[in-house]
Amino acid sequence: MPTAARLDLVPVAIFAVFAAAPFLASASGAEGYVLSLLTRVMIFGIAAMALDLILGYGALVSFGHAAFFGIGAYAVGILASHGVEDALVQVPVALAASAFFAAVTGAISLRTKGVYFIMITLAFAQMLYFLASSLAAYGGDDGLTLPARSLVAGSDFLENDYALYGATLACLLGAYILLRAVVASRFGRVLRGTKENITRMEAIGFQPFSFQLTAYVISGMIAGLAGCLLANQAEFVSPAFMTWQRSGELIFMVVLGGLGSLHGAIIGAAAFLLMEEFLPEILHAAGFFLNDDLRWRLTENWQMVFGPILILIVLFARGGIVGLLRRGHHD
Amino acid sequence: MTATFFAIQALNGLQFGLILFLIAAGLTLVFGVMDFINLAHGVQYMVGAYLVAAFSAWTGSFGWGLILALPTALAFGLLLEILIFRHLYDRDHLDQVLATFGVILFLNQGVKFVWGAAPLSVPVPEILSGSVVIMDGLLYPVYRIAIIAAGLLVAALLYVVVSHTRVGMLVRAGASNAPMVSALGVNIRRLFMIVFGFGAMLAGFAGAMVAPILSVQPGMGDNILILAFVVIVIGGIGSIRGAFLAALLIGLVDTLGRSFAPNLLRLVLDPSAASQTGRALAPMLIYIFMAAVLFFRPSGLFPAKR
Repeated sequence: MPTAARLDLVPVAIFAVFAAAPFLASASGAEGYVLSLLTRVMIFGIAAMALDLILGYGALVSFGHAAFFGIGAYAVGILASHGVEDALVQVPVALAASAFFAAVTGAISLRTKGVYFIMITLAFAQMLYFLASSLAAYGGDDGLTLPARSLVAGSDFLENDYALYGATLACLLGAYILLRAVVASRFGRVLRGTKENITRMEAIGFQPFSFQLTAYVISGMIAGLAGCLLANQAEFVSPAFMTWQRSGELIFMVVLGGLGSLHGAIIGAAAFLLMEEFLPEILHAAGFFLNDDLRWRLTENWQMVFGPILILIVLFARGGIVGLLRRGHHD
Repeated sequence: MTATFFAIQALNGLQFGLILFLIAAGLTLVFGVMDFINLAHGVQYMVGAYLVAAFSAWTGSFGWGLILALPTALAFGLLLEILIFRHLYDRDHLDQVLATFGVILFLNQGVKFVWGAAPLSVPVPEILSGSVVIMDGLLYPVYRIAIIAAGLLVAALLYVVVSHTRVGMLVRAGASNAPMVSALGVNIRRLFMIVFGFGAMLAGFAGAMVAPILSVQPGMGDNILILAFVVIVIGGIGSIRGAFLAALLIGLVDTLGRSFAPNLLRLVLDPSAASQTGRALAPMLIYIFMAAVLFFRPSGLFPAKR
């Protein structure tokens, strides 16, 4: 089918752009800035994809996914402050901690449904947020500055921005391929079945709970990995990584890109972060007819424009950016 | 000292709980009757505080400020309902969360745009300033007592309206089965609008009442919104009675937990560890409480829907 073939080109195009970007960055003259922005885009892309697995395929609206960001980031920060700086230790610890937190909170949260599920995932994330804020030994509210980026098998090559970019791209690709395989498997089909009709899945002999819990744990672990990368990118760890607003942003990225398509989440993360980055400048340029004071105030308060854009997207662009692409191809 | 200190903290907890109730009452009705998640309810609390700050600066009196702020908060709530929220009632929860998140972003910056980022302060009204002796050695600010009284009064009024009037009956019926109420010939859209407007006004009233004791600043509604959600989820969505009990419980657990958790832990841990753990544990208490309630009663203490 030509439509399906063309749709599969979208993820290929995304990864081609990310692979080509460093070469363009070195030509742009502001390579440090471009690389760090795109690294952030990819990190949020990983976390948003992880959320898409349970949100888009399992219809589980987790309003606390930023907690896993925090777990991954604090695993790196806390271990580094005790002298364990190798990613080969930090990442497995982060993944194990994320899996444990996901398994425990997931087992409790999945007893509830709908709105109660949204709120209980939020509650667990808030607990972790307050726990991190009270860790005086690790910076408390102010957070923790990393002495250096993680080592990999004793080598400090991640200090190079290009190397960190490459490592993040490898994680993004790895997470994408893994999640693609999960979604396409029998497990993924059962998960989608629980989204469509949970009673029917029970009636034909599946236990939705164990499938949903497994998906929640996988999703949490991948988001935890994104947290490790975020700590290395920012060289800083703070409770602000796991505020509820951050969880809301992750949901927004997934919906903006298009639910249940995986690569849509990457597009959504990119669109969100680039909009956040460039909206102030666009507003500054667009406000040329205003006087200086008003123009400055508009640029300063760019979120006043961002909020309505969000509302309009929800009201009018159903299916997100991927949905728009798909509609464009409909002949 | 401990008995007095305990009494003061209990009164603070009661006052905090009543403020939470004012916010949660509107939220639980909007949620219960319309099945609509309104994250923007917290900014309506903030808008109430800003309105009272602006109007009392303009008129020079807190009383007039409050009288002008309440209808403005009501009108503002209705405006939001007409412009945005009524287009979201038929959408799924995810869309509602996102669109109202957009409203939060807009209004948090909007108040900065109008009033600047610096916190505003509202003077405590003259007649309600000062403190009174409630019991031996216990001085308590009059204004906080006024908040407690106002909160209890509103709770009583709400009880009468919801349990003993026709509108209240429709609201309760709507919370347990909205399509059925609509099928019986009630204009459910108009009922939604009334509930929404009054919910917004109650949140605005809560914001106006705390304006003299807290600083009025952008984002002040964000954290209290999450607490209000905790309250309505514990109380059972759509239940005013549940919201009242849960709000008082949360107010007391949070306030008392923050003051006494380190002391209680000292009984089992050494002092430095106790104060460390206490400080970590206290803000988590309400969330632990909520998780525990939902574990045993997955739809809250007093579920309105059957």
